[in-house]
Amino acid sequence: MTASDVRLQPRKKGLTRTQKRTLSRGAQYVVFVAAVIAFAVSADWGRLKNQFAQWSIAKQMFPDVITLALKNTVLYTLSGFVVGLVLGMVIALMRLSSVGPYRWLAGIYIEIFRGLPALLIFIFIGVAVPLAFPGTEIVGGTYGKVALALGLVAAAYMAETIRAGIQAVPKGQLEAARSLGFSPARAMISIVIPQAFRIILPPLTNELVLLFKDSSLVLFLGVTLEERELSKYGRDLASTTANSTPILVAGLCYLLVTIPLGFVVRRMEAKAQEAVK
Amino acid sequence: MSETPPAAGAEIEVRGLHKSFGDNEVLRGIDLEIGRGEVVCVIGPSGSGKSTLLRCVNLLEEPTKGQVFVGGTELTDPDVDIDAVRRRIGMVFQQFNLFPHLTVTRNLTLPQRRVLGRDKAEAARVAAENLARVGLSEKADAYPASLSGGQQQRVAIARSLSMGPEVMLFDEPTSALDPELVGDVLAVMRMLADEGMTMMVVTHEMTFAREVADRVVFMDGGVIVEQGDPAQVIGNPAHERTRHFLSRLLDPAMAEVEEGTPEQPAKSD
Repeated sequence: MTASDVRLQPRKKGLTRTQKRTLSRGAQYVVFVAAVIAFAVSADWGRLKNQFAQWSIAKQMFPDVITLALKNTVLYTLSGFVVGLVLGMVIALMRLSSVGPYRWLAGIYIEIFRGLPALLIFIFIGVAVPLAFPGTEIVGGTYGKVALALGLVAAAYMAETIRAGIQAVPKGQLEAARSLGFSPARAMISIVIPQAFRIILPPLTNELVLLFKDSSLVLFLGVTLEERELSKYGRDLASTTANSTPILVAGLCYLLVTIPLGFVVRRMEAKAQEAVK
Repeated sequence: MSETPPAAGAEIEVRGLHKSFGDNEVLRGIDLEIGRGEVVCVIGPSGSGKSTLLRCVNLLEEPTKGQVFVGGTELTDPDVDIDAVRRRIGMVFQQFNLFPHLTVTRNLTLPQRRVLGRDKAEAARVAAENLARVGLSEKADAYPASLSGGQQQRVAIARSLSMGPEVMLFDEPTSALDPELVGDVLAVMRMLADEGMTMMVVTHEMTFAREVADRVVFMDGGVIVEQGDPAQVIGNPAHERTRHFLSRLLDPAMAEVEEGTPEQPAKSD
């Protein structure tokens, strides 16, 4: 009797905290399961399967969806990444410069290209550049245009990442390098930037994943059959077959790359976390 | 090698040095000469400006006013090639500042190759030689993170020595170390002093100052309060402020009680 008295005393009324927590969690599960069931029951799976999962159509996409479409997606992404990295590095260094106008220019660039949808930049590159410079071709044709458009967008994000990475390198590193006689530029290149890149490798890889998806905007540039990437390829095939299976297959191809990359990023982040300890 | 201190001519000369951070005047007119081969320990309470003074000597801090000469070259001359002058001045930091992404050997060879333009073999030879001097040859391929603080600091000293400096600056080289690791670092510094290196050492190690220094400089509030023979400055200080500082240092328990006047915040290094 005394034991239960003691236990009862601090309780105002009704349930203990543990009981409340169990109850509210239980309610969440019930709602979630009910929603899934409602969705599964009400959806017309037969029609969905017909429209999105036609095995015969999926089969005829191979090997082109890999050898052409995925290959182009990867090419576009990597070329955009390289342009973005180089340009982003320049902008990051300008942003950290002691020269005022450099800092402002870099700041303006970052604000503009982070604030605009990537789609508009693709349209701009596709339309405005040929208008402004008639007769000139961007080097590399479509590949060059994509690299430029993706690179311009990526550079804005990467510049901020790189700047943060450089600033995360302890000040003592620069001081040690300078006191050994390194010039500011040499100290930056030999000592600070290599360490900064170790820090920003996970966010940079994330940027790669984003670019991989943004490469689908090539759609708006107008490309030849040989230059199609996953989204364009999937959509074209979907309209010729009047069936959406190609869209699903293209989607799976994206995941084929982005999920492993995401895994790599998490591994790197965990490793970096460990190194800090 | 060890010459008689000031007679050999000033290796380091500081004239009328002032340094302010914003409204905070950290150095209020410092004049100091350090002769070739002389070992000078700078002591004083935190916030006294001693680290800032040291950092002005290789221009890691830009003096607000005044002149700094090292080996006859004026560092405060705006036209001087500061990178060239710094090659002659070794600097050892409280936090070691080894390059964590490089092995011990690469920490020693990279500056030689990039700054002095030495070839690979020569840089490696000099690095091995200096690593041996600080007794860490077996750590040549280790990364800094795997070394103890004391070992890291000895590597940092070896890195500076590999550049062949004429002057060595030490900024509280043992302050970040566990007490049992201090001895190894001080032993290396003692060896350098015995070899005739010109050294300016900001430190709290009174035993080291007493035994190794040719001269002790006591700073407080941004000025040099007194300086002279270690035995005299530490053993029998002329000024009340020096006595006060030393008594607090020797009896830390008293410091808690006497912490009446708020000190200037320590300048972060």
